[in-house]
Amino acid sequence: MRPVKLKIKRQDGPRQPSYWQSFSVPWQPHMNVISALMEIQKRPVTEGGERVTPVVWECVCLEEVCGSCTMLVNGRVRQSCSAMVDALASNGETITLEPMTKFPVVRDLVVDRSRMFDDLKRVRAWIQIDGSHALGPGPRQSSENQEVAYPLSRCMTCGCCLEACPQIAKPGAESATARTARGDFVGAAAINQVRLFNMNPSGQMHAAERLDAVMGEGGVEDCGKAQNCAAVCPKEIPLVDSIAVVGRAATKRMLLGWLLK
Amino acid sequence: MGATSTSIRSQSGKVRRAIVVGGGLAGLTTVIKLCEAGVPVDVLSLVPVRRSHSVCAQGGINASVNTRGEGDSPQVHLEETIYGGDFLANQPPVKGMCDAAPNIVFMLDRMGVPFNRTPEGLLDFRRFGGTLFHRTAFAGATTGQQLLYALDEQVRRWETVDVEDDKGATIPGEKMVRKFEWWDFLSLVIDDAGLCRGIVAQDLKTMEVRAFPGDAVCLATGGPGILFGKSTNSVINTGTAASAAYQQGACYANGEFIQVHPTAIPGADKLRLISESVRGEGGRIWVPRDPKEQRSGRDVPENARDYFLEERYPAYGNLVPRDIASRELFRKCIHERRGIYNPRSNKNEDEVYLDVTHLPREVLKKKLAGVLEIYEKFAGEDPFTNPMRVFPAVHYSMGGLWVDFERTADGSVALGSPRNQATNIPGLYAAGECDYQYHGANRLGANSLLSCIWAGTIAGPAMVTYRKNLAKSSWDCPSSLFERAEKRDEKKFAAILAMEGDENAYALHDELAHVMLVDCTIERKNATLDAVLAKIEEIADRSKRLGVTDRATGKMNQGAQYVRHLRNMIVLARVIAQGARNRDESRGAHYKPEAPARDDAAWLRTTLALHQGEVDGAAAAVRFVREVDYPLLGAPVHATDAVDVSLVRPRPRKYEAADAANRASARPPEAGAQNAPAAAPTNPRTGNRANAR
Repeated sequence: MRPVKLKIKRQDGPRQPSYWQSFSVPWQPHMNVISALMEIQKRPVTEGGERVTPVVWECVCLEEVCGSCTMLVNGRVRQSCSAMVDALASNGETITLEPMTKFPVVRDLVVDRSRMFDDLKRVRAWIQIDGSHALGPGPRQSSENQEVAYPLSRCMTCGCCLEACPQIAKPGAESATARTARGDFVGAAAINQVRLFNMNPSGQMHAAERLDAVMGEGGVEDCGKAQNCAAVCPKEIPLVDSIAVVGRAATKRMLLGWLLK
Repeated sequence: MGATSTSIRSQSGKVRRAIVVGGGLAGLTTVIKLCEAGVPVDVLSLVPVRRSHSVCAQGGINASVNTRGEGDSPQVHLEETIYGGDFLANQPPVKGMCDAAPNIVFMLDRMGVPFNRTPEGLLDFRRFGGTLFHRTAFAGATTGQQLLYALDEQVRRWETVDVEDDKGATIPGEKMVRKFEWWDFLSLVIDDAGLCRGIVAQDLKTMEVRAFPGDAVCLATGGPGILFGKSTNSVINTGTAASAAYQQGACYANGEFIQVHPTAIPGADKLRLISESVRGEGGRIWVPRDPKEQRSGRDVPENARDYFLEERYPAYGNLVPRDIASRELFRKCIHERRGIYNPRSNKNEDEVYLDVTHLPREVLKKKLAGVLEIYEKFAGEDPFTNPMRVFPAVHYSMGGLWVDFERTADGSVALGSPRNQATNIPGLYAAGECDYQYHGANRLGANSLLSCIWAGTIAGPAMVTYRKNLAKSSWDCPSSLFERAEKRDEKKFAAILAMEGDENAYALHDELAHVMLVDCTIERKNATLDAVLAKIEEIADRSKRLGVTDRATGKMNQGAQYVRHLRNMIVLARVIAQGARNRDESRGAHYKPEAPARDDAAWLRTTLALHQGEVDGAAAAVRFVREVDYPLLGAPVHATDAVDVSLVRPRPRKYEAADAANRASARPPEAGAQNAPAAAPTNPRTGNRANAR
């Protein structure tokens, strides 16, 4: 049976140099990149026959709904669970795996995406409920509203949109040219959450707070309109629309604030 | 019970916190309830909580809101859940859950879950297994994800709220929730009096071992599905935390009840779930009548198809409970060799069709997109035009840590009682799939999300009461108690790093998983179970001779972590297999061809298992007991393995009959009278719109 060849960018720990290793594992039916990595765990030997530590990566659900296993597969950012070997290497081509570049590497293919969760705090991505006790049914909503909100709500915080965004700097890039002039851009994922919560019947009561959070430095205006985010989003969330909707609302709020002064 | 123990600060000035391990639906609900009561919490999770396994739940959450006017009610929900679980669940906690369900779904709606709506803007409900009513609220086909996100967002909000001292002044730098993500639970800290005083955990980014004091601890760490190898579970579901607690004295109940879901996609790394909601919306299971049928699924004409579930169960059809559907699929493929024929391999594969091609594409997109996308991506076929190919897969554990409840006079649970969700280790609580409480011998679809949130809803207040009445706070215990525990676990980890044997942990897990999957799931025979138990002992023995593949210290080391998880899986495998061996009857998901009938006289009782022998798997045994005694806040509590069947009288389970699960005759007179108007379904068959198509 033909082998599956992998070339993997490894890094022993945070802020350490990276290096490449090649592996060859037996092919199986229905094989994805994760099952290839699992084979390396069972037999961590490189193509050259060197015994090495098994490759470290992050995965949880394996069905592209948790967002964990995001990495660069053949240079393209995506979830490795849905990266099927037969589609990537139908003629036995080598598959390359690298960690995402916009987040600090923890080890090998694992990166630390905590900035994305911090950004959810920054934009106050929640409904301010009065409490979890019984307060009767929620507000009525039209199906039309639900059909817009639900796709926005499928964001897995996977980081593909940040990885692909030219406005987002790589970690450790301290020079002014590598960073956007006005600080780190918050990115499409968090802006999309602003749109989602601001269209909820209860959430819109606090729309101004969320808009304030994405106005100014690193906010929605820093979007360079490259539209890479929507192109790489595995859930096909209309991120460009979300940025436009939030951008318009922010502009309106800014003008209104100026007029009221 | 002095004022000192209820103070927010310890004698040394630290903020007294409770601990929740696990950030899925059960854990996050517990956190919210604790915070609302003013108790600060440390949350520890193996993964960022937004990536917990709850994210995988697809179909929906049950609540008898009766939007369609079918005559559904919480009483009917209770009866169908009990009947579906083959009468093994204690009924008061289930009643509490079913009564609370509508308000739980309303709460989630208020939190912003984008549930599908009716034309009037109300919540839409769909059908699920084991009922004829539309009872399942849903957000597309990624309901678990949407519920998890809503709770995660509320907990994140609590992460920004300051802790206040007893006079209402803000304590600088202290937030109501501190999250520790990428931390692995190692053990409980138990004091000399047997009280749980906190936990020891390991930071997976640095491998630092650290003890956390906590006035009450809740394990909400999910199920052990990975011990069966490939399943519908996430890779983190090794049951390691529940197993560790069991080895430290927590009782494990009904371990042998493992749910196999009838419909999953075969895969190399995972068997991906195809939700029951696909059948709830009208999807049909069939195989070709001719076992040598060569045509592809869509080309097989209607009269050449065998809709075997619909034929045998005319009322419930494709929505018979999962244990029954899985056995029927298993029989069709394994015993009758009538799985889908593959001309290339010239054999009948272990696969049946799950067909939605007759349903309108628009409906499918609105209600099932998430799950059909999964099929398309992983099976590489278009489910809109080709019937999907599926086979059963291990899905859920009805068993788990034994937990208590306090019954009210009218047969529900006493909210705020410190006994609710309490394990037999005082101060240790459990909620979610890692507890055993709500599903008896078989869980009905869309009851798991509900049971997770309900368990958290009552675990939080129970912990608040426990903490309030605790004579001495964990935060005032001598630091040596925690240092000792820390040292013990540091030593254990060092021992793992030093292992130089010739066995590979991942390969050994494959062997364990293989025997468990083949001989300890859908059909169980005593002779093979004896062989399984012998194999488990062999694997336990070989697990002492593992060679660790990664010796890295001070940074993420998954290889060493996995050794610990494997050992804990071996321990739970023994509980499951031995429980199955002992239970000589068939009930729900536990089926023995040698004893095909349910035997209430001998086995209408909870399996209670206690660990005997050393910790870490080797040379251990399971001690089965009939009673649990534990001290709670100074008073002894006594519980037995007798099942509380005070609300729905046990009767044989026969889904071949229409409305079998909610037959009014089965109701005890007082409950029947009380609920008579709501519980009399007009005609459940007319409500069955999905299948009427």
